[in-house]
Amino acid sequence: MSDPVTPLNHARFDGYVTIAEAGPTGMITLRGDLADPHLSETLHGVIGAGVPARGRAEVIGDNTICWMSPDELLLMAPRSYVPDALARIASAMGDRHHLAADVSDARAMIRLQGRALREVLAKLSPADLSPAASPPGTIRRTRLAQVPAAILFQGPDRADVLCFRSVARYVFGLLSNAARPGSEVHRTAGAGNPEQ
Amino acid sequence: MLILTCPNCGIAADETELSPGGQAHLKRFGPGSDDSDFEGYLFLRDNPRGVHFERWRHAMGCGKWFHAARCTVTNEVFATYSAQTSEPPQDVLDRITARRPDWQS
Ligand SMILES: [Zn+2]
Repeated sequence: MSDPVTPLNHARFDGYVTIAEAGPTGMITLRGDLADPHLSETLHGVIGAGVPARGRAEVIGDNTICWMSPDELLLMAPRSYVPDALARIASAMGDRHHLAADVSDARAMIRLQGRALREVLAKLSPADLSPAASPPGTIRRTRLAQVPAAILFQGPDRADVLCFRSVARYVFGLLSNAARPGSEVHRTAGAGNPEQ
Repeated sequence: MLILTCPNCGIAADETELSPGGQAHLKRFGPGSDDSDFEGYLFLRDNPRGVHFERWRHAMGCGKWFHAARCTVTNEVFATYSAQTSEPPQDVLDRITARRPDWQS
């Protein structure tokens, strides 16, 4: 089997926040009735946790479940697990109304690392990205400049940006420019001024 | 700047994260309706100075539609509410009346 090629070929930019493409990641879009206990049970069997609370992302080892909308979840897992996960979802859900699709090749994931990552993101989005509004463990769907993106806040020093593969290069360019040394703002609440 | 809280995902979304859907609570007049009803449905819209009901879609977010009641003069947002209703709910009307007692006159 051929190796998966990531949209940015592991591009990396070392600014005052480090911007780097995350390695190949398996992603499954799962749509259905999130209130259905059967769906939650299925998820437990497939990925190790149930439906996360609204706006939350649940990390279980190598896997993550993100709440994307009232009828949509994003499951992230090692790429090699995707076919198996899809087969398990299909057999557990049977005739119940749902949709599960492998979107691994339709998305890009870019990792931000550094204390000022919220400041870098805030240059590009109208959203309130303060720790109070988006604490670690939340996922915020918003726009970065002209394109939609989702920001997964993993911890004080790390966030993952998800976007469509077709705009991966654009988003990487935006983030790199916003993280250029010398362009620090030091104003965003909770952004973490490295000089303090 | 207009910020609307999407009732579907709970996010306080900036206007630029949303797509406008125009006037809310239109009644559709389709095949079989008379010309003036059809014209009204297709082309004629309110343009009030004050309270207005609108449809919005959280395009750069959860992707869902919702309704908003706001003042076109001050941009005060009275409420956002579910898209699955053909008229504003009573609690939304009450909230508007509390802020604009004579809005329906
Ligand atoms: Zn929403």
